[in-house]
Amino acid sequence: MVNENGDKIKISVQNLNFFYGSHQALFDNNLDILENRVTAVIGPSGCGKSTHLRAFNRIFELYPEQRAEGSIILDNENILNRGVDILELRRKVGMIFQKPTPFPMSVFDNVAYGLKLHFNLNKAQTAERVEKALCGASLWDEVKDKLKKSGMALSGGQQQRLCIARAIAAEPEVLLMDEPTSAIDPVGTLKVENLIEELKAKFTIVIVTHNMQQAARISDHTAFFYEGRIIEYDRTEKIFTSPANQKTEEYVTGRFG
Amino acid sequence: MQPECSDRFFKIITGAAALLAGLLMFGFFIQLFWYALPAIRTFGWRFLVSSEWDPVKQTYGALPSILGTLITTGLAILIAVPICFIVSMFLVETAPKWLSVPVSHALDLLAAIPSIIYGMWGLFVFVPFMQNTVQPFMADKLHLKSVPFFGNDYNGFGFLTSGIILALMIMPFICAVMRDVFKMVPPVLKESAFGAGATSWEVTFDITMKYGARGLLGAVFLGLGRAVGETMAVLFVIGNIQTVPKSLFQAGTTIAATLANNFAEAEGIFRSALFELGLILLAMSFLIQVLAQLWLKRVSRQMGEK
Amino acid sequence: MKRRGLFFRKSTDAIIKLLSLVFVALALVVMFWILFTVCARGIEAFGWAFFVEPTKPYGIPDGGIANALLGTVFITLGAVVIGVPPGILGGIYLSEFARDNVFGNVIRFSANVMMGIPSIICGLFVYAMLVFTTGHFSGFAGSVALSVIMFPVILRTTEDMLRMVPDSLRESALAIGMPRWRATFSVICRAARSGLVTGVLLAIARVSGETAPLLFTALWSDDWPFKFFSQPTANLTVTINEYATNSPFQIMHTRAWGAALVITVIILLLNISCRIIFKNKEHTS
Repeated sequence: MVNENGDKIKISVQNLNFFYGSHQALFDNNLDILENRVTAVIGPSGCGKSTHLRAFNRIFELYPEQRAEGSIILDNENILNRGVDILELRRKVGMIFQKPTPFPMSVFDNVAYGLKLHFNLNKAQTAERVEKALCGASLWDEVKDKLKKSGMALSGGQQQRLCIARAIAAEPEVLLMDEPTSAIDPVGTLKVENLIEELKAKFTIVIVTHNMQQAARISDHTAFFYEGRIIEYDRTEKIFTSPANQKTEEYVTGRFG
Repeated sequence: MQPECSDRFFKIITGAAALLAGLLMFGFFIQLFWYALPAIRTFGWRFLVSSEWDPVKQTYGALPSILGTLITTGLAILIAVPICFIVSMFLVETAPKWLSVPVSHALDLLAAIPSIIYGMWGLFVFVPFMQNTVQPFMADKLHLKSVPFFGNDYNGFGFLTSGIILALMIMPFICAVMRDVFKMVPPVLKESAFGAGATSWEVTFDITMKYGARGLLGAVFLGLGRAVGETMAVLFVIGNIQTVPKSLFQAGTTIAATLANNFAEAEGIFRSALFELGLILLAMSFLIQVLAQLWLKRVSRQMGEK
Repeated sequence: MKRRGLFFRKSTDAIIKLLSLVFVALALVVMFWILFTVCARGIEAFGWAFFVEPTKPYGIPDGGIANALLGTVFITLGAVVIGVPPGILGGIYLSEFARDNVFGNVIRFSANVMMGIPSIICGLFVYAMLVFTTGHFSGFAGSVALSVIMFPVILRTTEDMLRMVPDSLRESALAIGMPRWRATFSVICRAARSGLVTGVLLAIARVSGETAPLLFTALWSDDWPFKFFSQPTANLTVTINEYATNSPFQIMHTRAWGAALVITVIILLLNISCRIIFKNKEHTS
């Protein structure tokens, strides 16, 4: 799929409705996410931006009362279809959470975990790919001497990059980031932001953020969510300099939210 | 009274009450050791490895009881732990609320039922069931009769039956602790494992189990401590025979069962020998408890550092 | 890169799910089997005589369990009187004066260890202390044995409950000039009241079904339990043991089931009322 400018569309969301039990959280959303770009999703708390992200890898299905209707087309396949293999989908679409979530095992095993789930590798191959993933997450230099240590012993920023390394080890195509820097310090945040810049060459990235400077700094496109609806979606400069919608302007200039 | 003075008195009184816990612990050992002393002097170390049990000749050995205790406890743990692991995983992670809530409550209530009820049910219901259904099936249909440690002689009583009854008895306790462990795992950690493309079994086995390892091991220790000294549930179904165990179908005894069964008519050196058995049981369960406590402390300190 | 087969991973997952359903069903079946047996066989024994007549030897008609029921009540109450006050006082000490010092940790450690010591050992201990030295079994010795089991349980629950009381409450009680003991009893213990009651009730529920320690202390008798301090004293659990194992007669077995049903109902009621007390407390605070 290609949009009118000739950019390749990686994910196309069409008429997405989302429900928590009887409460509707998303209303008829349409959104085209472009390949190898960083798309930021902004909006006030509770506007449905995380919900939207959690539909992309169907993680919401852990909670029986939540359901999504409509279609999310990833590489010509509607991933909301029952027939889609959920494990394969989640390999293809990696996710980084608000709080760093290192697994209770060593740094090495954390990264190897995603690999071993999906691939049959021998020891040498595993070690090689773990190193590659850690390098990819610009963490290798910091942890190469403590691969055997618990992943929980790293600093917050390092933990988050460890989670990114774990996600990219499984060779995904899309990375979902749900406010990845909200729980870590400014130095760590800077490193993660720089990393996102580098990662977009290989991955399509969707990032939910509360921090508008962050959205402006790192994203190519920005979607503004308000009360479960996409109010405006455009190139990031456009959203931040001359938004078309009154609400968007009020939000990006900090008048509410 | 001056408040300062009354407060000092208050502190001393409450402190003395607390001290009682330590004193009692010591008291157990000293008291049992004192009463076991004649037997220790008479039989020496041989008591631990001898299987002779002859009230007429006044010679006693602890081997059948010790081995019986180890076998029944081991069986109970082997049966109970995997079942509890899977059941509590199911109740916390997979089961819908309408199923998990009543089942969890039922399991908690089951933990309250006195052990003598398990023993009685074992004696009147489960022993005949074992004798007529389970053991013939195992011996003939599964051809275990020719396998060592099973054998062809069975009458329903014995180690296997005791192990199963004990397992039933300790399961509610183990399940309760394991459920708490599963609940303690942060949801975001599980989500993140699911997000990496793991199945629910993989999430439980790789993430939850590692995260809650100390708690799970604590649950095993708890079950071990309960099973090792359980008297009534075993007494009714073990068969109470002083022999060195050779097969799982065979009747035998445990330390607690020997004590309960013989104490009423015991006199002199016989009673002293029973006290020595009690001392052995005390030492065993003391060791289990101390290891469990130390382990929990050590790992919780490690978790604190993270 | 070589991919791992999804089929194997998914079937493992499905098998475990199936297995867990089977195990849950099995646990429920066994549980109902036990409860059903106790109810069905126990109810046969029920009748007027069963609840008002004392236990009688085989052959004498109209035997009941009234003396054993009363004896169990006596022995348990005795254990409460002996075991609860030091348990609560010790718990106060641990929570108010020894939160993180060596003495407190040693006591806490031994209380935890003691909770895991088999009850039969407590029986043996009290036998040596009270029965061997005085030369006779007694209900009182039974009470002491049960109180030894109760004590560490009450100690630890009291500490836990008092620790949940916020420090601000302690400080404000002391700030208005109350001495420490008064602040503890009239403010802190009152704030933790329902927790303390629950702890005591659960401890009672736990010991009232004990058999092994009573075998060595209270023993058993056909009389009414009025020579509580000097004679073997009737109680439900040892009666069950006697009737179920040492008697070949059907009528005795039936009475044992009846006694088993009575003790089970008492204990379940105690447990359920604890839950209700604790739940109400959670709703109000």
